[in-house]
Amino acid sequence: MEILVCVKRVPDTAENEIEINSDGTDIDRDDLVYSVNEWDNYAVEEAIQIRDKVGGTVTVVTVGDDESEEVLRREMAMGADKGILLSDGAFEGSDGFGIASILKAAAGKGNYDLILTGAQADDGAAQIGGMLAAMLDRPYASLVNSIEVVDDKTMKIGREIEGGNQEMSEIQMPCVLSIQTGINEPRYVGIRGIRKVASVDIPVHGAADLAVDASAAGSAGAKVKRLDYFVPELGEGAEMLEGGMEEKIDKLVELLKAKGGLK
Amino acid sequence: MAQLFTYIVHKGGLVDDTAAELALAAQKIGSGASVTAIVTGTGADLDAVCQQASKFYSQIWKFDHADLAYPNAEAIRKLLVQLLPSDGIFLLPHDTFGMDLGPGLAVKLKSAYTADIIGIDAVEEGNLKIVRQEFAGMAYTHVSVDISDGVVLTFRPGSFQSEGQGAVNGQIVDKSSEIGELNVNRRFIEIVEAETGDVDITKADVLVSIGRGIEDQDNVEVAEELAEAMGAVVACSRPIVDAKWLEKSRQVGTSGQTVKPKVYMALGISGSFQHMGGIKGSPFIVAVNKNAKAPIFQVADVGIVEDMLEFMPELTEKIESA
Repeated sequence: MEILVCVKRVPDTAENEIEINSDGTDIDRDDLVYSVNEWDNYAVEEAIQIRDKVGGTVTVVTVGDDESEEVLRREMAMGADKGILLSDGAFEGSDGFGIASILKAAAGKGNYDLILTGAQADDGAAQIGGMLAAMLDRPYASLVNSIEVVDDKTMKIGREIEGGNQEMSEIQMPCVLSIQTGINEPRYVGIRGIRKVASVDIPVHGAADLAVDASAAGSAGAKVKRLDYFVPELGEGAEMLEGGMEEKIDKLVELLKAKGGLK
Repeated sequence: MAQLFTYIVHKGGLVDDTAAELALAAQKIGSGASVTAIVTGTGADLDAVCQQASKFYSQIWKFDHADLAYPNAEAIRKLLVQLLPSDGIFLLPHDTFGMDLGPGLAVKLKSAYTADIIGIDAVEEGNLKIVRQEFAGMAYTHVSVDISDGVVLTFRPGSFQSEGQGAVNGQIVDKSSEIGELNVNRRFIEIVEAETGDVDITKADVLVSIGRGIEDQDNVEVAEELAEAMGAVVACSRPIVDAKWLEKSRQVGTSGQTVKPKVYMALGISGSFQHMGGIKGSPFIVAVNKNAKAPIFQVADVGIVEDMLEFMPELTEKIESA
């Protein structure tokens, strides 16, 4: 099976305090720790497991800049066979539709039976997989948390829905699935693994190679534009307990007693 | 102003809370213009849902068809593409159904798409200015959306709430005869219900809930000790279940359990809306997080900026010595 996995390099929200820069045009990107989007990592692991069962290749692709190459190498160190970087100044300012259009063009250069994305990334829109599927006219399922390959044409998939329930469906290939975390346990990647793939050639395709024009991608084609980042005027929020550890604990114990939090 | 439509999510003959929320959001966009609610399904449940939806909408379009008995996003997309005007404004909840339907529907309608909206800032001719979050709720952003060729919008459940609604008594129009071909390449088989675990966290009065800040499986024991000292039950957020450190039945959130405790201790939990969506009944929320910017501090009653791993054993000791 030929599998394409779309990944993204993002600031790791588990490792960073996200601050907005002084003029609100961006988050403060100095000293941010970046990593592969968590959902994408599960998607790559799933692709590798499917390939190891039924054969084929796993290709990882990203839309980004030179620095995005590091996440492709990381996913190749996990076991992906190939990496493709889609990079061009003309892609800057793309909205979700633009990113999906670029990925559609890249997908068209291969013959993929299965395309995976993470269920969502740092902007939380959860949109690329569904857009890509519709552009390619392929069936789609979001929030997939189990995949069983039935035969060359069919998979049985589970979607995570509300309340911890799972929606089971049969889907025809070729198709596009967005992957939910927890579907598998992504393997650990060590420095040694990354070194092994450090010199592997990663082709870079730009707008001209992909025949993506300015009406489809980039800021000119974007109907959705981020205007700023801002700090909202929120309510008072939590009463913050101050002082040393002991002081905080004393105050908390009093509060817990009053609220019925201690037996 | 283009025509406004919403999709009504329902289950077991009952409309979802998002039916009223989307009505409010649509009124805000259309400044009082008529809004049409689209309800799909079959049989008596569908009729009941249409009745309930008519409290919030002036017009209900009912689509009764055996192939719509389960809300399969692919079938519903086909229906909507046949139905919606090319410049329509279509509102959906940002839930597991809306995420499944919305992006592909926007592509097929050649409309703009914006997801997980939490506020509407301004409505202009052919343009909307909306509010949403990025980076797991740690940054807010204003987004401009060109809606001149139509738009599909998904709204975060719970973001638009008001009282005093529900007296519209709208007209229910049966549009079932307009349903065209609904063949799908993704066929629904069944729902597998969540497994029940050893402990029912939905019945607990006090929950000690752990998140990513626990860092290591070995530390789960430290939380269990604290819970025991407090007479509480251990719950968790999604990453702990993804890592298989606790059972799925311990997970609080929209994709896990909905809990109604008196006291909720959130330890090392950032407070995503999916997690907070599983906490009902306004408990007293204590948040402990080493990240002072964690969104949980906006919704907690009491906040403590500390590393939960240092905090838990100290609190346990204090309670046990009292």
